[in-house]
Amino acid sequence: MKKYLSFFRLRFVMGLQYRAAAWAGIATQFVWGILLIAMFWAFYQTEPERFPMTFEATAGYIWFQQAFLALFAAWMLEAEIFESIKNGNIAYELCRPMKIYPMLFSRAAAVRISRASLRCVPILVFAALLPEPWGLRAPADAAAFLMFLATMVLGFLVTVAFGVLIYGVTFFTVSPEGLRLVATSAMDFFDGSVIPLPFFPEGFKRVMELLPFAAMANVPFRIYSKDLAGKAALKAAGLQVLWFLILAGAGWAVMARAEKKMTVQGG
Amino acid sequence: MKVREHLGLYGHYVSIQIKSMMQYKASFFLSALGQFLVSFNVFLGMFFLFMRFSTVAGFTYSQVLLCFSIFLMEFSLAECVGRGFDTFSSMVRKGEFDRVMVRPRGLVLQVLGSRFELTRFGRMLQAVVMFVYGVAKSQVRWTGAKVMTVVFMLAGGTAVFFGLFLAYAALCFFTLEGLEVMNIFTDGAREFGKYPVGVYGKRILQFCTWVIPYALIQYYPLLYLLDQRTGIWWSFTPLLGGLFLIPCYGLWHLGVRRYQSSGS
Repeated sequence: MKKYLSFFRLRFVMGLQYRAAAWAGIATQFVWGILLIAMFWAFYQTEPERFPMTFEATAGYIWFQQAFLALFAAWMLEAEIFESIKNGNIAYELCRPMKIYPMLFSRAAAVRISRASLRCVPILVFAALLPEPWGLRAPADAAAFLMFLATMVLGFLVTVAFGVLIYGVTFFTVSPEGLRLVATSAMDFFDGSVIPLPFFPEGFKRVMELLPFAAMANVPFRIYSKDLAGKAALKAAGLQVLWFLILAGAGWAVMARAEKKMTVQGG
Repeated sequence: MKVREHLGLYGHYVSIQIKSMMQYKASFFLSALGQFLVSFNVFLGMFFLFMRFSTVAGFTYSQVLLCFSIFLMEFSLAECVGRGFDTFSSMVRKGEFDRVMVRPRGLVLQVLGSRFELTRFGRMLQAVVMFVYGVAKSQVRWTGAKVMTVVFMLAGGTAVFFGLFLAYAALCFFTLEGLEVMNIFTDGAREFGKYPVGVYGKRILQFCTWVIPYALIQYYPLLYLLDQRTGIWWSFTPLLGGLFLIPCYGLWHLGVRRYQSSGS
């Protein structure tokens, strides 16, 4: 366990070095957040009665999405890992006396957390200072906040497990681009990055909420404003645990298989 | 004569690029598919919002689609040609720009020729399909002046985005790094230009009129197409927006003049 933690720390500190990129990211996320909210505001003003959640909850959702982009974004898979699987350098990693799955998992988690920790605070502060109803409000109550924190951790674990599963499948395909493209665009759409899940039509939404993608950012961001509360929230958290176990199990199995009969590319 | 020679040279560059791209056909189609999927997600988001809402700030679904498709075409056209500027920072850092400067041909032309992104046709195709649908459904009463307006929009819009790419490259002379913040103005515009700029509120509209003229190539001519503004001069606003290219070229020129080689 200790070696995976130190692997985590190594990658975490490495990620903290990219401060200029973080500022660019923060600026981009500010603008994205403002424009997204302005867009929803336009819809809200035309037909407020058709809005599926309160406007404050929508604004909060969007600000969390921007602040924690690095934790939950689908496309933030590491090109470096794909590259090393493709050119064979992954063999060096495999030589280490570590299991490949927890190693990649701690690495992926560290990269995301270090990126997010550089970016989230300025965005959250800025969002909290914005006037109602565009800004980020205090959580609905203490229970909702605790639930928010817990489901955030769960959602993050599901996101990382999904990413590592994609890395694992890459071991079996020579060119990973196609798989990556389809997986990331599907994830972007189904996890509520394009538009929050409540905005989808009812039947469609009910199916989407069962998918692993809905067990990522969707749950904590909606629990915070109590858009998701009571039994529904507990059910969603249960699904998060379930999906994490399934995805992590599948990822572990795929990698164990890959380790056994691996063809290293490159010379 | 000179123009023809330049075009010929550019055509030669392009044909080399296409030939080399066709050596990796699978990778080419995958990137085209990727470009398509990214903007298709944007479309889907819009589609599902309009399943719930009937209009936004007075625009219907098909009208917004018309707006989005023209904007996407402008962007794809500019990107197809101008993506050479995207990798310009590495060109400056590696000192490859020195090689460009000693050749007796235009600098912009050579940088442009360094990359031609045919994969953007994935996105272009989507834009054309949406445009056809938008035209069919939005009940625009077409006149000669309106057709002309669309042509102006395509020309002016391509010029504006091209100017943005040029400015992005010019900033590399000063920073040696690609300035990621600039993505707000290119990728951000692609992402949010799907709705008429006026939707985002007054202050953003003002910014998009006077600072970076997105509204001139999108919002105002659209209002003319939809008969919300009459007066033929509204159809010329995209050309006015195209003037944005001038300060961008000025910046580029300034950058070239103070360029110091950084390669070894």
